[in-house]
This record gives sequence, C-alpha cells and structure tokens, in this order.
Amino acid sequence: MMNTAGHPMLKTHGVHKSFTLHLQGGTTMPVLENVELTVNSGECVVLSGPSGAGKSTLMRSLYGNYRVGEGSILIRHQDSWVDLATADPRSILAVRRDTLGYVSQFLRVVPRVPTIEIVAEALTLRGADHAEAVTRARTLLLRLNLPERLHNLPPATFSGGEQQRVNLARGFIGGHPILLLDEPTASLDAINRDAVVGLVAEAKAAGTAILGIVHDLPTRDAIADRLFKLYPAQMAAA
Amino acid sequence: MTLPLLEAHDLQLQFGSIRALDHVSMALWPGEVLAIVGESGSGKTTLLKVLSGSDKPDAGQVLYRDPELALHDVHAMGAPQLRALHRSDWGFVQQNPRDALRMGVSAGGNVGERLMAQGDRNYGNIRQVALDWLAQVEIDGRRIDDLPRTFSGGMLQRLQIARTLATHPRLVFMDEPTGGLDVSVQAKLLDLIRSLVSRLGLAVILVTHDIAVARLLAGRILVMRRGQVVETGLTDQVLDDPQHPYTQLLVSSVLQA
Amino acid sequence: MNGYNFAYLDEPTKRMIRRAILKAVAIPGHQVPFGAREMPLPYGWGTGGIQVTAAILGADDVLKVIDQGADDTTNAVSIRRFFSHVAGVETTTRTRDATVIQTRHRIPETPLTGDQILVYQVPLPEPLAKLEPSRAETKQMHALADYGLMHVKLYEDIARFGHVTISYDYPVMVNGRYLMSPSPIPAFDTLKMNRMPALQLFGAGREKRIYAVPPYTTVRPLDFDDHPFSLTRAPHACALCGATNSYLDEVVTDDRGSRMFVCSDTDYCADRRGEMEGDAS
Repeated sequence: MMNTAGHPMLKTHGVHKSFTLHLQGGTTMPVLENVELTVNSGECVVLSGPSGAGKSTLMRSLYGNYRVGEGSILIRHQDSWVDLATADPRSILAVRRDTLGYVSQFLRVVPRVPTIEIVAEALTLRGADHAEAVTRARTLLLRLNLPERLHNLPPATFSGGEQQRVNLARGFIGGHPILLLDEPTASLDAINRDAVVGLVAEAKAAGTAILGIVHDLPTRDAIADRLFKLYPAQMAAA
Repeated sequence: MTLPLLEAHDLQLQFGSIRALDHVSMALWPGEVLAIVGESGSGKTTLLKVLSGSDKPDAGQVLYRDPELALHDVHAMGAPQLRALHRSDWGFVQQNPRDALRMGVSAGGNVGERLMAQGDRNYGNIRQVALDWLAQVEIDGRRIDDLPRTFSGGMLQRLQIARTLATHPRLVFMDEPTGGLDVSVQAKLLDLIRSLVSRLGLAVILVTHDIAVARLLAGRILVMRRGQVVETGLTDQVLDDPQHPYTQLLVSSVLQA
Repeated sequence: MNGYNFAYLDEPTKRMIRRAILKAVAIPGHQVPFGAREMPLPYGWGTGGIQVTAAILGADDVLKVIDQGADDTTNAVSIRRFFSHVAGVETTTRTRDATVIQTRHRIPETPLTGDQILVYQVPLPEPLAKLEPSRAETKQMHALADYGLMHVKLYEDIARFGHVTISYDYPVMVNGRYLMSPSPIPAFDTLKMNRMPALQLFGAGREKRIYAVPPYTTVRPLDFDDHPFSLTRAPHACALCGATNSYLDEVVTDDRGSRMFVCSDTDYCADRRGEMEGDAS
C-alpha cells in the first residue's frame, strides 16, 4: 500500500459566506464565519455541528458551487495550489475534472441517458477510453448493489436510494485525489452503507483526501478519522 | 495558458431608443461551452448575431483567433473572408432547422454541401462523410437520399447539427437549438449535443432562455438583461448562488419538475 | 437602307451594348447587365443574341444563323433574313465562310477560328436560378465564388440516378472563377467551349444580361473526381453522312414509329455528303 498520508490537499483560510436575498428586500444571512479547515491526503474528515451550521454551504463552497465572500479555498491541483475563491471558471472546471470529486445529495443529469453512461462519463471526461469506463462503471454499480438490469435505464424513475448509489458511483469512479461527500448514505440501507464504508476505506488507502457530511452515526464512526465542528454564524440585522 | 478563441470588447448597439447591447464584453476559450441566458428582448440573440458577424455593432470589437493564433477583427474582415470562416472554422445551428437546411435537397446533400463549398470534389468521399455524420447524429443511413421534409422535428435538428459539424468547425453558435422541440425529443438532443461537444472539443456559444439547458450543456454562463451582462461565471455557481437580483429572480422563477 | 439605321439598332444603343460586351470580355463568365431594347420579335426568339449581333456586325461581315444546329429552321431563316434586310450583310449557311455565327442551342461541329465570333441566344443566364430563387443571393454567391450549391445539384443527381442527368445547359466554370450557363447547348457541346479560338458572346434579352468567353479561355464542366464529366451521344452513326462523332437529332419518319438519327448540324452533314460524292466521282 502506498504511504501517501499526511500532506494537505485542501486548506481554507478565513472563509466567510453570506447570502443576500434580493427578492426578500436585500436580507443578508451570514452562514460561514472564519472557517479554517485542512484535509490531508489519506484521511477522512467529517463535518459536524447542528442543523443550520452551514455544513452543506461549506461543502458547496469548497466545490466552487457557492461563491465565498472572503477568505481562500486552496486545492492541491497538479502540484500547485488553486484558490477556488478567486479562480476563474475554467480553472475551477479543470480542478473539478482532475482533482476534486463531489457526491451531492441530488442527481442532476441529462434526462433519458442510461445509468451506465452517466457513471462512465465521469471517467471519459478525464480522458479514459469509453469501453474501459463502461466496464469500471458496471463493476462499481454492482458493488453498490445496483442490479445489472437497471444499468441501461435512465435513473429518473429510480428510488431515492438507487439514485444515491448512481451518484456515489459517479463520484468514486473518477479516482479524484480529493472527494467531497454530501450525505452519501442518507437514503441507503445498512448493506449499502457498508459498501460505501468499503469504498471510502479503499479511497483513503489510495491517498484520497475525503471530506464528508454524514449524519448516520455508524457510518460516520466507520469512516471518520476526525470531526470538524461548525457553529451557526450570528444572524446579522436585515 | 491558452488564449481565447473569440473575444468581444465593449460592444454597443442601439435600435432606436432601445439599447440592445450595452457595453458587453466576453471571451470564449477553445473547447468550452458558454451559455447566454436571459428573457426575450434581453439582447442575447442580438449578441449572438454580433459575435457571429451577421449584425454590426455601433461600437466595440469582436476578435477571432484562428488556429495559427492570428487575430481577426470579425467586423473589419470582408464578406468573402467572413463567409469562408462561416463554412470552415465556424458553424451555426439555428432554432428552426428549416431555416438552415435545404428542404428540397436530400439528407446526404445537406450534410455534403459544406464539404463541397470547401472544395471537396470526390463524390465517394462526400457520401461517406455524410453517412458517418448521419450515424453520429443517430439517423439511419438508409435515409441518406430522403428529403428532409419526410423527417420529424427532432431528426431535422439532428440533421442540421450533422450538416454544421461535417466540416469540423472549432466554434459553433447555437440559437435555442432545442427550442422548437417536444420535451421528450429535447432530452435526446441535449445528450447528443453534450457528447458531440465533449468528443470533438468544440467551443460553443449557446443562446437559450431555458436555464436547465444551460445547466446541462454549459460550463460557463452569461446572464443578460436589457442589453447588459448582469452576471457571468461558472454555470452552477451562477445558478445555485446567484448574486445579482435579476439572476435570483430568473433562477427562482424556474418551475421544478 | 429602307429607313433603318445599319443593323436596326441606333448607334448610341450599339455603343451601350459594345461597352457591356467589352466589360463581359474583361471578366470572363461574369453576367453584365445591359439596357436591352424592344426588338421586332418576341422574347424567347433570340432578342438577346440579335442585339449582340447587331452591335458587333460590320458591313464586311458574313453572317450565319443556326437554330438547333440547322440553318433552315424558322428562327434561323427569319433572323438571317432580318439582318440581310436591315444591315445588308452577306449571309451564309457555311460555317467556314461565316465571320459571325448566331446560334440557338448548338455549337457547330466544324472547329471555329480566331477570325470568327459565336453569338449565343440565352434564355436564362443565371446557372443558379433553379437552385436559389433570390437574385440578390445568387449575385452574392458569384461575388464570393460560393458554388457548393451547384455541386449539391450534381451530388443529388448521382445519388438518385447514378450519374449526372444534366443533358443540356451543363454548368461550367469559366477561367476558374465564374460559374456560367453555356445556354441550352447539349452537354455534348460543352467541351468545345474550352480554349476555343473564336470569341464567344452570350446575350439574354428578357433577362438583360450579356456575358462572354474570350478566345482561348478555359471552360470546364463541373464534375466530381470520381464521376468525371462524360460526353453523351446517341449510339448511332448519322443516317445521311455516316458521321460517328457528331451530335445527332432523332427524326421520326412516319406514323409507325420509324425513326432515324441525323446530324443536328446541317452544314456539317451537307459538307460531309459533298465530300463523299466528290470522292465517289
């Protein structure tokens, strides 16, 4: 096994994030204040804190999906640091393609595309051969207990848990050095939660830096190396 | 660091008292898909026309960088050069395929026209390329000699895409490419465009009023309102965390299926 | 001359037409607009060709007029008679003797020389008209030498019938630049235009266009590398003179379907028959 543990892959400094709701008379809602977080290769950090503490917001900010007001979000991308808070869109897309994987709670895909292609695409986008990507997608979907008869169907009619597993397969197939998991096991049963625990353990062993939001305690305890606690930001006056 | 393929600097265009383009600047890099979104009358179609050279701005410049990295002022080049560009490096996909296709010419002739316009004089080759492209857009090769008027709306749009891409343009302008289609056909076309764009490494400027289409196809987005660019950036960032009041309104107005 | 100016048209009109002709010669294959006059015969009977002929005719010229290759058809006879009446020029049916040959739908079989001018009567000067209805657009296509559409027509023919089915008025490229309609001559005649020593002038009266192919100019039929232009000819010998390389007319000889193939070029056919009789005697 490669010994890659230890060096930082993701660092935040002084991250602030608030939402200004122009449609509600310009109300400003602070969500993140001064977040200082580091995730190293080969470790899994799980965000904790009460509901509304901004766990999902932080996760989305780390992926570049939300724009932070202040601070920096540094991603180790091909031997240099890219600050997602200031990077141009094309750099963010490059980081996502090669370095930063994300498993969201919701599956957003082109309708009517077969599941197997959705999963394989995450790999072909990184330059992999299509046939090879399909083979790996199939293996991964089977490992997540998604039966083969579903592979050629579009996931729109799948149950929540099935869609979640498609999402997981799409997140893990790319082998990105950094992986963000937003509630990866929320709608899964125990057997599938175990499959996810296995995938995370393998990724960690391969040196992947993982940051997750995990509410179910058995899974959290099984994958987390440490917790990172977030506190709700102060509500500012409107 | 790669250089932009297309750049627009401070474009202005006035129609009477209406500011169709109000100090618009943008850049497009090779291989990226940029969506221009906004309501009817926001200036998005005008911007597409100015970028593609068919409408002239009152002020401002559109610069195209050719494969040898030489810069060309799109509105200063002569009509022959612009037309040559439109049938070689550039392509245009219209909302209504009937505006682009020759309805009295067979599917194969439609796909082959750009090749012939470029000087291809080998019938066998032209036919083979036409067959390849029909396959790529999932039209049965046996229909190569059929007239487009026997095709469905979705097939017509796919035929237009084949016709446009047959000469391997680097930059494709698309004006509401899924606009006139049934929802069920739209999905298939979106998937086709998405896979062609990534496989061929096309740069695309896509005008759409449909935010869902922009989300699925475009890496970057430009939100227009009353001739101005009110917000621009990474597509999912702009749509999920819109900063400008108008973008927030636009995003919150979308029906969730 | 019976109250008419020489060659019917007044001198300012002839000068105007000559200017158009000069411009046409300077830009081979390009259609030059001109102020076509009303002529004492209807459109479609060769008003464009007649005006060109009138503008270039001199008192010493010898005029030959053919219609579909024949000197003795109504159109040819009446135009020949018209000019002998209004210009008093000598007329002939012999290709070799003519200095100006006005033609409808044929090029004589006898090769023309640098001392001769061939004037074509043109019904539709625009080769793209059937494919692109907008005159503004076809002008643009000529300006930009954007002729892919014409090739699309050829492509369609090959796709549908296995070969190009254009049997007359076969589109040609002149001097590698302009797409031109050679007037409704048979495709068989197309290659005669290439590097012809004689000046070729084209007049379209109703459409008010003149164009030209100067002597020794390249004229190439459009084709594909793998479907090259090929001559088509009825697979017969002329029933009268036995020629196997001339363009033939099919003539129905009775009510029971009998037919014969004879040279369309009557002068050429007569010439050959004369030679044969000469040989025989």
